[in-house]
Amino acid sequence: MKTIQDLPVLIIVIPLGFAVIIPLVARFNRLLPWIIASTITFFCFLTSISLLITVLETGKISYWLGGWEPPWGIEYAIDYLNAFVLAVVSFIAFIVSLYSRRSVEMEINEYKQSAFYSIYMLFITGLMGIVITGDIFNIYVFLEISSLAGYALIAMGRKRDALVASYNYLILGTIAATFILIGIGYIYTATGTLNIADLQERLPALFHSKMVLVALAFFTVGLSLKLALFPLHTWLPGAYTHAPSVVSCIMAATATKVGVYAMLRIIFGVFKIEFDIHFIPIANILIVISSMAIIAGSAFAIAQTNLKRMLAYSSVGQIGYIVLGAVLANQAAMTGSIIHILNHALMKGALFMVVGCIVYKTGIEDISGLNGMSKKMPFTMAVFTVAGLSMMGVPLTVGFVSKWYIAIGALNAGMWYLIPVIITGSLLSAVYIWRIIVNIYFPEEFPGHELQYTDGGTRITDHKSQYSEAPWSMLGPTMALAALCIYFGISATAPLYIAEKAAVMLLQ
Amino acid sequence: MIDIIHFIQTKYYYLVVILLMMLGLYTTISSRNLIKKIIGINIFQISVFLFYIAMAKVKHGTAPILWDKGVVYDNPLPHVLILTAIVVSVSTTAVALALIINIHKEYGTIEEDGILAKQKLDEEWMNLEKQKLDIDRSSVT
Repeated sequence: MKTIQDLPVLIIVIPLGFAVIIPLVARFNRLLPWIIASTITFFCFLTSISLLITVLETGKISYWLGGWEPPWGIEYAIDYLNAFVLAVVSFIAFIVSLYSRRSVEMEINEYKQSAFYSIYMLFITGLMGIVITGDIFNIYVFLEISSLAGYALIAMGRKRDALVASYNYLILGTIAATFILIGIGYIYTATGTLNIADLQERLPALFHSKMVLVALAFFTVGLSLKLALFPLHTWLPGAYTHAPSVVSCIMAATATKVGVYAMLRIIFGVFKIEFDIHFIPIANILIVISSMAIIAGSAFAIAQTNLKRMLAYSSVGQIGYIVLGAVLANQAAMTGSIIHILNHALMKGALFMVVGCIVYKTGIEDISGLNGMSKKMPFTMAVFTVAGLSMMGVPLTVGFVSKWYIAIGALNAGMWYLIPVIITGSLLSAVYIWRIIVNIYFPEEFPGHELQYTDGGTRITDHKSQYSEAPWSMLGPTMALAALCIYFGISATAPLYIAEKAAVMLLQ
Repeated sequence: MIDIIHFIQTKYYYLVVILLMMLGLYTTISSRNLIKKIIGINIFQISVFLFYIAMAKVKHGTAPILWDKGVVYDNPLPHVLILTAIVVSVSTTAVALALIINIHKEYGTIEEDGILAKQKLDEEWMNLEKQKLDIDRSSVT
C-alpha cells in the first residue's frame, strides 16, 4: 500500500506532469486534452476526498518529500483546514473542466485550445500546492506557478483588452509575490526555519522583535493584493471581465479562496492570535478594511452594466465577508468564514458558468441582454436565480449559513455595529441581483426590440424557435453547482463539522 | 548618531538593498511605458535577492563545502531559495514580455496613454455599433 501513503504528493505531481503531456498528445485527437484534463481533475478530487476522510479519522497527515525529516526537508502537512480547502478547489476544478469543452471551443482560438488545458493543469497544480504544503517558501513558489498560469489564461480572452488586463494583473501580482518573499526573508532571518509548524513554535519567543513585525506587515499587504481585498482589488474586475468565461469561472471560484487560505494560514497559523493582541492591532485594521470591502464591492457592482464586471465587483464584496469572519477571531465567525470559502466557490462558480452559457448562446455580456431570457433559457436562468439568491443570503441557500455564522461571531466578539455592515452588504447585493432577476422573468417591453440569438457563433434569425438552451455538457455542471447551493443550504452539517474543527485548530 | 554611522560602516549592503528596492518600486509605479515597468519590477525583485544573499553571509565564511570539520561556511539555504526565486523572476519577465509583444501587435503602442486612448475609441465604436443594431431592429418590424 505504498501508493496510498504517497497520495499527498501524487495530487501535485500528476497534474504537473500531465500539463507537459497534454500539448504533446493534442496532435492525435482534438478531444484528448479535454478528456485528460477532466480525468486528472477527477482523480485529484477523489484523492482530496480520501485525504479529507483520512484527516477526519486520524488527524494531521505529514508527508516528507524525499524522506527528509521536516525542519530540514519539505513537508506536506494536511490538517482540517487544508483538507477542506483542497476538496473545494479540486471539486471546482473538476466541475469546471467538465464544463469547459464547448465554451473553450467557442471562445478560444483553435490552435490555443490544447495550450489552454495544459495551462489549466498548471494553474490547478499551483493552487493545490499552496494549500497542501507545510513549507512557507513552497507557498511562494506555488503562488507564482498559479499566478503565472493565471496571467496566461486571462490573456486568452477574445478581446484585446484581455492582454492589458492580464498585464496589469501581472504587475500587481508580481509586486504582491515579492512582498511575500520579503516577509519570508524576514521571518527566516528571525527564526532560521521555513517549516510552518516549526515557525509556530519558534516565533512566540521573538514577538517583541521589530523584524517579525515588519514580516507580518509585508505578508498582510502582499496577501491582500493576491486575494483582492478592497483598496487593492483594482486588478480583479478587469481580469475577470476580459478573461474567457471558463477562466473567470475557475479564478473567481478558486484563486481568491486559496489567497484567503494563505492569509488564514500565515496570520493564524504562523503568527498566532496573541501576537495581534499584544503587539499590533492587525485584526482591528483588517476588520475596518474588510467592512469597507463589503460595502464598496457591492456598491460598485450596482453601477456596472457588464454582467461579468458586476460579478467581479460582487466577488470583492464577498471576499470582504470571508476576511471579516476570519479576523473577528472567534469560533463562530471563523467557522462562517471557512464555510464561506466553499459557499462562495459554489455560488460564484454557478453564476460565472451561467454567464458562460449566455455568452455561448447569444454572445451578449451586457445586463440588458438578459431581458426576458427566461423563455429562451429557462434552466440557465433558474440556476442564475438560485445562485443569485444565495449571493443575497436568503435562508435555505448556502449564502445564509455563512452570513449567519459571521453575524453571530460579530455579536460574540461584542461588535454589534458590524451587523448593519453585514446586512447592508446583503441588501446591496439584493439590489444588483434582484433587478436582473426581475428583468429575466418580467421583461421590459420595447416595440420591435426582439433579441437575436446565435448558436455557438452563427446567428439564428428564426425568432420562432423560442427555446434554445446551452448544450448539456455546459448545463449539467452548472445545475450541479446550483443544486449543491441549495443542498448545503439546507443540510450544512458535513461542511460545518469540518469548518468548526478547522476553526478550533486555528484559534487554539 | 554613532549607531547610524556604525550601521552604515558595517551593514552598508542593506542600504544598497533599500535603495534598489525603492528605485524598482518607484519605476514600476511611475513610468507609463510597459517595458520600463518590467525593468522596475526586475530591479525590485533583484533587491530582494540581494537581501537574501546578504543575510546568508557569515563573517569569515567560505563556500559551503565540507572538506574540514573546523571550517566556517556561509548559510547555503538562502542561496538555494534565491535560485528558485530567480527562475520565478525570469519566467515572470518572459510572460510579461510575451504579453507586451501581443499588446504591441494589437494596439501598435506600448505607452499606457496610447493604449488607454485606443480602449476609449473601442468603447465608443462599440456603442455606435449597438445603436446601429437598434436602428436595424426597429426598421425590421
